[in-house]
Amino acid sequence: MDVGLFGQYVMNGLMLGMMYALVAVGFTLFFGVLDIINFSHGDVLTVGAFTGLATYLGLSKIGITWAPAQVVIVLLVATTCMAALGAVIARYLVLPLKAAPALNTLLLTLMLGTVLHEAIRLFYPLGANPQRFPPLLPTTAYSFGNFTLRVDSVMLLLAGLAVIVGIHLVINKTKLGLAIRAVAQDEETAKTMGINFTLIVLVTFAIGSGLAAFAGILHGLYYSEINFAMGLLLGVIGFSSAIVGGLGNIYGAIIGGFLFAALQTIGVLAMPFASAYKDVFAFGVIILIMAWRPTGLISEKISERV
Amino acid sequence: MTAIRFRHVAVFAAALALGLASAAVDAKPKVKVGFIGPLSGGTSSNGIGGRNSADLAVRLRNADAKAKYEYELIVLDDECKPNIGVLAATKLGANKDVIAAATHYCSAVAITTVDVYHKFGLPIIVWGAVLPDITYGNNYKEVHRVNGTMINQNETAAKFMTGLGYKTWAIIHDTTDYGKGHNKYFSKFVTENGGKILGTFGVTSDQQDFSAELTKIKSLNPQVIYFGGLTPIGVRIRAQMEKLGLKAQLEGTSGIVSDTFLKGSGPLAEGVLAFREGAPTEKLPGGKFFLEQYNKQGYSDPPEAYGAFAFTAMTLILDTIEAVGPDRKKVRNALNNVRGANAADSITGKVDFDDNGQNTIAVITKYVAQDGKWTVWEDSEYAKGLRKLKGR
Repeated sequence: MDVGLFGQYVMNGLMLGMMYALVAVGFTLFFGVLDIINFSHGDVLTVGAFTGLATYLGLSKIGITWAPAQVVIVLLVATTCMAALGAVIARYLVLPLKAAPALNTLLLTLMLGTVLHEAIRLFYPLGANPQRFPPLLPTTAYSFGNFTLRVDSVMLLLAGLAVIVGIHLVINKTKLGLAIRAVAQDEETAKTMGINFTLIVLVTFAIGSGLAAFAGILHGLYYSEINFAMGLLLGVIGFSSAIVGGLGNIYGAIIGGFLFAALQTIGVLAMPFASAYKDVFAFGVIILIMAWRPTGLISEKISERV
Repeated sequence: MTAIRFRHVAVFAAALALGLASAAVDAKPKVKVGFIGPLSGGTSSNGIGGRNSADLAVRLRNADAKAKYEYELIVLDDECKPNIGVLAATKLGANKDVIAAATHYCSAVAITTVDVYHKFGLPIIVWGAVLPDITYGNNYKEVHRVNGTMINQNETAAKFMTGLGYKTWAIIHDTTDYGKGHNKYFSKFVTENGGKILGTFGVTSDQQDFSAELTKIKSLNPQVIYFGGLTPIGVRIRAQMEKLGLKAQLEGTSGIVSDTFLKGSGPLAEGVLAFREGAPTEKLPGGKFFLEQYNKQGYSDPPEAYGAFAFTAMTLILDTIEAVGPDRKKVRNALNNVRGANAADSITGKVDFDDNGQNTIAVITKYVAQDGKWTVWEDSEYAKGLRKLKGR
């Protein structure tokens, strides 16, 4: 394979991995603080993307057409709204069920996810159809042989990286992060140390859901298209990535996300005439890894759970 | 007085005799023919358009003084549901007065009812359903079809594209029956016409990311990417081709001939090609005549896309009955003989059945996306050379 083509595959894989990692981090954060699995996460991403699209349409209506301003406002509105939605979900749906079996929360969030994406399908104008997401970033492309590098893809990748670094800093270098880690490690002790447990849970859900909205916008800008069902598979893949990396560990989730993207890309390369099976291949390998390391790839090395 | 009375009687008798004679001329033997389509439910507009069109064929024939028989149309509703369709088919089949019928718009219904027609020996002509297996999945002599299938669609597509000078293809298809069927037939016809397929990629019908497949395709460097699938992933593939700098021409199937594809792809839709069975009615050879006659009758609903085919099917049935008489077996054999030199002319073009009763000269329309509209190729600026397809 020539270098250009290899570069193209790596770039594709990185973009895909970035999206999976952002979703997986959300799953792992929720599990860290509450030991629950929030299956509506993928659909929160969808709602985030549609909020972004609606914001863009609104901005165009009132005459704001300067693309950089549009990107910033779209991102701000979508992440803020989804952060709020995440906090509301935590406050009114997840926390009240804290004493109930974990299965109840799982079912509840699964149903909530269905409500969210069906609501988009029914209430967004022509919501059942794929929606075109506007190209808000510069679309200049540079070709190096078989490798086409688009400025917007690079910007998305860098933005994703910045967000992940930002999350890392928040968790490890701030008081808030310390509180989140404390709650994750031991809820009771954290409470006796004066940490406001409910507030930390809400903030964690807000951060995770904001990340999902960010991933949704990333998805829209990268694929130029969003649809009401986009969160379903992304949710499953994000969840698997979080599991395979070690549920509760942020770095595990990130590694898991990129690993899954790599597996899908390799799946197409290794089986050029059976590319429909790339997900079968990727999930199959994930199952094998889980059989080999039931607690995830790196959760055992780091005793501290986030 | 007696004489006068007698004369009266004579006049009366003469008048009576005349009357009887003219009645004998008027009273042609009655023949029943059938129509089945979805008259209620989601696709009812197509069913009602088809029903009206078949009815139009019968009315025109009954108004024709030269016709040997007077026809009565028995109309039944299949609701586009296989189980209801089988009931309707059985009802027609069991009624020995019904000589032949034009049946079904929905493929799922048509594929389940063909067995019934075969069992009862009722000759039928399918007027709307497109699944190849309706004619090719059996060798029932009773089953015919005037409209095209995805086989005809892909034959036209392959000939058209190779005719434009394209030589190499990469195929992406979804792994449903629809996508696999398209892949199968397009691959067959494009290879027969001298095209070369560099790679075939099956994808799931809800797949989001095609970058790996498209990168692979980029390395194969085909002139055309053929996509056999439906609008949602068609939109994604078109957008992601752009992201990866793929310059190939995109060619789709009937699955993307929709406004949703144009809206979802925005400016990227420009120049995308697609093919679909049937044609806008006014573009058909006898479309103008048909629409004139249809409007004269004052039906409250339009004929829709397949009305002209229902008209053709019914007209062919009536012509055959006129020729061989109202007998199921004779009509069946005569219909099977509508081929080659015996091919029939119709408002939808020639009808020429093959061994399976499939019309081989089925109308397929070529579309190109131009300025956000699916434009019939012949009317487009691309055909006139004002705009260029990719790589031409």
